[in-house]
Amino acid sequence: MYKILEKKVLNPTVVQLQIEAPFVASKARPGQFIILRVDEDGERIPLTVAGVNKQTGAVKIIFQIVGSTTEKLSHKNEGDYIQDFVGPLGVATHLDGLKKVCIVGGGVGCAIAMPIAEALHEMGAEVTSIIGFRNKDLLILEDEFKACSDTLRVMTDDGSYGEHGNVTVPLKEMLDKGEKFDMIITIGPLIMMKFVVATAKPFGVPCTVSMNPIMIDGTGMCGGCRLTLNVDGKKVTKFACVDGPDFNGYEVDFDEAMSRGRMYFGYERHKHEETCNLFKKEVQ
Amino acid sequence: MAKANMTPTRNVMPTQDPLVRAHNFNEVALGYSEEVAIDEANRCLNCKTMPCVDGCPVKIHIPEFISKIKEGDFEGAYQIINKSSSLPAVCGRVCPQETQCESKCVRGIKGESVGIGRLERFVADWHNTFCTEEPVRPESNGHRVAIVGSGPSGLTCAGDLAKKGYEVTVFEALHTAGGVLVYGIPEFRLPKAIVAKEVDTLKKLGVKVETNVVIGKTLTIDELFDMGFEAVFVGSGAGLPNFMGIPGEALSGVYSANEFLTRSNLMKAYKDNPDTPIMKGGKVAVVGGGNVAMDAARTALRLGAEKVYIVYRRSMEELPARREEVEHAEEEGIDFQLLCNPVEILGYRNPEDPRDPKNGFVTGMTCVKMELGEPDEKGRRRPVVIPGSEFTLDVDTMVMSIGTSPNPLIKSTTQGLEVNRWGGIVVNEDGLTSRDAVYAGGDAVTGAATVISAMGAGKTAAKAIDEALSK
Repeated sequence: MYKILEKKVLNPTVVQLQIEAPFVASKARPGQFIILRVDEDGERIPLTVAGVNKQTGAVKIIFQIVGSTTEKLSHKNEGDYIQDFVGPLGVATHLDGLKKVCIVGGGVGCAIAMPIAEALHEMGAEVTSIIGFRNKDLLILEDEFKACSDTLRVMTDDGSYGEHGNVTVPLKEMLDKGEKFDMIITIGPLIMMKFVVATAKPFGVPCTVSMNPIMIDGTGMCGGCRLTLNVDGKKVTKFACVDGPDFNGYEVDFDEAMSRGRMYFGYERHKHEETCNLFKKEVQ
Repeated sequence: MAKANMTPTRNVMPTQDPLVRAHNFNEVALGYSEEVAIDEANRCLNCKTMPCVDGCPVKIHIPEFISKIKEGDFEGAYQIINKSSSLPAVCGRVCPQETQCESKCVRGIKGESVGIGRLERFVADWHNTFCTEEPVRPESNGHRVAIVGSGPSGLTCAGDLAKKGYEVTVFEALHTAGGVLVYGIPEFRLPKAIVAKEVDTLKKLGVKVETNVVIGKTLTIDELFDMGFEAVFVGSGAGLPNFMGIPGEALSGVYSANEFLTRSNLMKAYKDNPDTPIMKGGKVAVVGGGNVAMDAARTALRLGAEKVYIVYRRSMEELPARREEVEHAEEEGIDFQLLCNPVEILGYRNPEDPRDPKNGFVTGMTCVKMELGEPDEKGRRRPVVIPGSEFTLDVDTMVMSIGTSPNPLIKSTTQGLEVNRWGGIVVNEDGLTSRDAVYAGGDAVTGAATVISAMGAGKTAAKAIDEALSK
């Protein structure tokens, strides 16, 4: 069992927990993830590590309530325990040698982007962050991004906070102006990452995307998290749990990933639409 | 002693009626009664040469335990098996005895061999039901050994070492101990309570089991040595599933057998309203002909499928699954499409409405008919496509059961650990790897194989570790 050391509600659908898991805390690096089960017979869900505290052995996770498991997890409080917590899994984001990076985060994906931005900032790299949300109520981590970014652009789809528009608007504007990034790292909804990649492509900027497909074991056994890359015109099957979660954005087949991500959408909705109105909204 | 029973056929294993069991996850085979077990034991001639023992990867003293059954001393029989095997209730159920011990049985020359596996199962179940005596934890010899993975090889290695007084810790990546015995083999063939009981017995012998630790990630092999372990046994099992590389494999409704079985077994998706979803019902095709394919097909049936196909590119003769599993599957109504190979998986796509919820789901599968050509290097006749034989199989779920490739996690984080060109860990005859004091066995070394061969490897390594550490 793993103890919840701290709980913070970041917005109506996004919760931050600090979980006591010293082994994971001592090892996890930005971009890696954990798998947890809330209770016996619970589902295994992957969540990217949003930060660690090596002294207290705490691992920070930030998640959006999108289904039954995240809903159950959101009802846990400080001092409660969750059944299982394993990690760190996946390959850490490659940051070596980067000097000028643009981080593009969308929605709860910003929680994953933040430790990467922090690590780059600590390395002395110049960090430009573009973070986007549906609206003002869903905004998270603005102060944290401010603290580690040389430039920060906050976007909302409806203009209720920051600038009006989606994250590709300022990205294109900067690239048009001749900004030269060593790398764009983007984390968020698949559709957003797809368009970030499309925006970056004409400028030839390397683009890393963080994939978060459905997983079960997360250790390279079940193959449920497979995705297709187009590498030099050849289709290659990769597994997000051991080969990822980061991939070269220009190679990922986003349409296929989006289709696979919807596989149990009907099941989840059917199972829980009577218990919670949240699931009727689309996941950001 | 009773006179030998010279009936040429063995006692039939009672099973649940096929039409009933096709709709439940209860165990298919029900086990011998005491009377039937004694009757079957009396078919054993107690040969001096003991050919059956040669056929057993862990060298159970077979005629000796069968003699105890003849005497009605079932606990005595258990104690004899227990000297060689840490998992008798498991092996009695899932070992391919027909190609091992039973294939060497003298009675098999003019009739059916003695039902050794069925007797082993009987003895283990009798012990688990009636014996209340707790296993005694041996005195510690002070040496610490780490075991990576709690599947059959790891549990065997742990058990053998614990019995000798080693302080053994087993590290398991998943949330439940048992490896393939819990995530892979379904409840109707191996009830999970039996695996839990075997693990519990090991714990009583002093074995520590740490779940949720991924060696290669949470801790590395080098860190295990830093923590004071003097030897490490790697039994991390087979790895990532193989796919065919045909169009449509990324469609929703296409599973690897590992994923399909893990969802149903480990994650208990077979229960009503489970947290972990699985596609239930409809028409299902399982591609492959091994035991795992049989498990997947029979699981799909029990999950409510109206039709389940096994699609295999060779003929029944080459089908690698155990006969008993194939017979059970046929009795339950699984449709064997033999000499048949998929070339494309077809998916639904509504060009009018990209948000149509059926988009991206499997609607069928194009297959070709095969015929057997010349034998390949292994002597198996190579299947050749019959031109113009394409046809469509109407299915909405597909399970790919065509083998696995080794897991990269340990090799990528352990310097100096040699692997072969398929990614399997290289070991010598003692199970020792290219790294000092690091041993390995089971599927991580051989690629997908049987539970008992993995147990044999765990046993060999335990013996070598004991010899190395007791010097």
